Amino acid sequence: MTKRIVHYINQFYAGIGGEDKADHRPERRDGFAGPGMALGAALKDAAEIVGTVICGDSYFNEHPDEVTPQVLEMIRGYAPDLVIVGPAFNAGRYGMACGMVAKAVSEQLELPVVGGMYIENPGLDLYKRYGYFVETANSATGMRQAIPAMAALARTLLAGEQPAGGYIERGLRKNYFAEKRGSRRAVDMLLKKLAGESFATEYAMPVFDRVEPQPAIKDVRRARLALVSSGGPVPKGNPDHIESSSASKYGKYSLKDIDDLNAQNSETAHGGYDPVYANQDLDRVLPVDVIKELLRDGEFGSLHEYWYSTVGNGTSVANAKKYAAAIAEQLLADHVDGVILTST
Amino acid sequence: MVKEIEAHGLPVVHMCTVVPISLTVGANRIVPTVAIPYPLGDPSLSLDEEKALRRKLVRRALAALQTEISEQTVFNA
Amino acid sequence: MKLQIGNIEIRDIRFAPLTEIRDGVLYINERELLEKTAGGDQRIASVEAFIAHPGDSLRIMPVKDVIEPRVKVSGAGGVFPGYCSGVEQVGDGVTHVLHGAAVVTTGRIVGFQEGIIDMSGPGAEYTPFSRTHNVVLKIEPAEQIDQHEHELTLRLAGLRAAAYLGEAGRAVAPDARRDYQTLPLLRQAAQFPELPKVVYVYMLQTQGLLHNTFYYGTDVGRIVPTFVYPTEVMDGAIVSGNCVSACDKNPTYVHQNSPVIHDLYDEHGKTINFLGCVITNENVTLMDKERSSNITAKLVEHLGADAVIISEEGFGNPDADLVMNCNKLERLGVKTVLITDEYAGRDGGSQSLADSTPLGDACVSAGNANQLIHLPKLDTVIGYPEVADVIAGGFDGSLHEDGSISAELQVITGATNELGFHYLSAKSL
Repeated sequence: MTKRIVHYINQFYAGIGGEDKADHRPERRDGFAGPGMALGAALKDAAEIVGTVICGDSYFNEHPDEVTPQVLEMIRGYAPDLVIVGPAFNAGRYGMACGMVAKAVSEQLELPVVGGMYIENPGLDLYKRYGYFVETANSATGMRQAIPAMAALARTLLAGEQPAGGYIERGLRKNYFAEKRGSRRAVDMLLKKLAGESFATEYAMPVFDRVEPQPAIKDVRRARLALVSSGGPVPKGNPDHIESSSASKYGKYSLKDIDDLNAQNSETAHGGYDPVYANQDLDRVLPVDVIKELLRDGEFGSLHEYWYSTVGNGTSVANAKKYAAAIAEQLLADHVDGVILTST
Repeated sequence: MVKEIEAHGLPVVHMCTVVPISLTVGANRIVPTVAIPYPLGDPSLSLDEEKALRRKLVRRALAALQTEISEQTVFNA
Repeated sequence: MKLQIGNIEIRDIRFAPLTEIRDGVLYINERELLEKTAGGDQRIASVEAFIAHPGDSLRIMPVKDVIEPRVKVSGAGGVFPGYCSGVEQVGDGVTHVLHGAAVVTTGRIVGFQEGIIDMSGPGAEYTPFSRTHNVVLKIEPAEQIDQHEHELTLRLAGLRAAAYLGEAGRAVAPDARRDYQTLPLLRQAAQFPELPKVVYVYMLQTQGLLHNTFYYGTDVGRIVPTFVYPTEVMDGAIVSGNCVSACDKNPTYVHQNSPVIHDLYDEHGKTINFLGCVITNENVTLMDKERSSNITAKLVEHLGADAVIISEEGFGNPDADLVMNCNKLERLGVKTVLITDEYAGRDGGSQSLADSTPLGDACVSAGNANQLIHLPKLDTVIGYPEVADVIAGGFDGSLHEDGSISAELQVITGATNELGFHYLSAKSL
């Protein structure tokens, strides 16, 4: 049976028009359109493009919450086995649209997605994990190279195989069972490293990005401060059930009536260290007693009413970042000037 | 977390024990603390001594927030 | 030191009137086992024993430790020195192993911690201990016990049980024998002068309750890095007190069968000259971390190693110990290979380690511990299924009404073991 493919393209490649038509609403057409013709030819007998979904780039980017489900329904209607988006080359809004389609299709329809983008397309960085994207030239002059590469990926995926390469690394770590146990793999790697032969690390150590330091607080005696911790300090009983490892949330707790953390009113939710000392006196993790004293003594101006807490243990960087962003929004709304963040 | 809050425009002082991790991940103002299970305490001290130690560290954090820096800085004293 | 390991293959375990091994079957007098396990310890309120076979529809949780029954047939000392025998230097002579059998300790939860072993189904693939015949001991402490003492009490009981069962193998002829020998340093270096010299840097988790490891009964957190003959470990010189985020903590069983040691011995005299091990700790203060990594690097250089394998235990702040050990050794010109596991988020899209170094260019990954896994209901649960919601890797709602569990791989004992005991790894897509 021939496999079914749906192709997503923008208004320009569908022949509707350029920038003046970028507010075109989503529509679907049976069969192929635009670059789908060449794509269909390159797919040969492996698959057929049964439908094409089209949307104007501006309209998609300005109404993502409205357009995404519509586009997804149109795609679902064709009951495809795989979805192809673009190629978007270096068109930023088109790349974003392709990425949003890829995300929705992979998460909600659980289908493989193939696309193509220029390496600096902003859509790539955000959405590369949701599909197999061929690296393209930065303009449509690269169409002739992009099409066969995308078709090759689609054929491999439709055959149920994992492509060996030919796409931009998705940055996803996937577990698998190796043939040899870990210790033997380490010995093999050591022998190669000793012999000066090439070897492949199983994990490339990350390079962390940097943030510019914010300017100092001019006069801390007039500043509003807030307390945040990744050491898991929570009220007694852990009311939000923050997990002991790989936290799925953060907690927000009032400091209004608390001058001192102790074994009666608080505990740690963190499973990554010996909790006995923190549970005896949680000021050892979140220095509420001293903060309240320093506030009374006028050593800083005022205190944000809440403390924020999550568990850093085994929690992914992406999640920690998400919680921090949400916390920062609330602090900014309360005109906080600076943050004390404690970690265990 | 430190970086994300700072990226929103708020200076953050990171009080932590494993300073090398804090440096690697990119905190800018760092105050070293006592130990992982009790960053701001020390069960081997009396309660008064422990609180004095905590007060010293928190005051150091306040000073760090008041200090202009151009690169990652560890506030040891 | 020269140790002969004699493996007695255990194909089955049954309760019987007499504890003995016949035709590859370990028969156990249950009452005697319970007595020996309790050992007259007033802190123990009750002990129950169960047998779990590979393929059984059976789940054990929360698992505290897994221990292999062994017996010292000749040579100084006994198994688990510092606990079940004195503190003589072990690692020399003959030791019999009840290969294929294991003691698994469970009971009321101590902290947030501890793991799961499934004997069949999808969870079984992730734990090495679904392949052993397990004597499961459910041990409950007296009510008024504190957490540190609770952990200690169960650790001791498990070791006693393993030593008791090991005795059954004392007079049994092993199915296979193998000699492991490491000479004193200068003679060892001279034995294979043309081969590159390799040391194993064996990092041990030492961060307090349920994060401790012991060497001859002493807390490894309180030692400075030291040289260890690889055969000492086979006699139980290293004991685990350690099971939080059970996927990457080393049960005592894994130390007894320490996989890097065995795989380095396989190459010893052929492609490398394996000089021995340096054990080091992962402590909770920066000064401790600096001191231990400095001394580790110094000791490895002093031993004259060209290369090391460094294995981590745990994740998070121990990533900093791993990075320090790697940096300091590479800067001394010693080539390093690291074994770690990853916390890359449930979707695998996050950074995997808390610390990083460009010198760590040779890493073996034991897999992403954040991966979600669904463990279907099994017919029998030994222990306490309700702790699924609170153990590391679990979350509110981990335990479903139908008895199945959704959780991260973290909960499975040994799933991402960083000594390289298991087969899981991760790759970038």
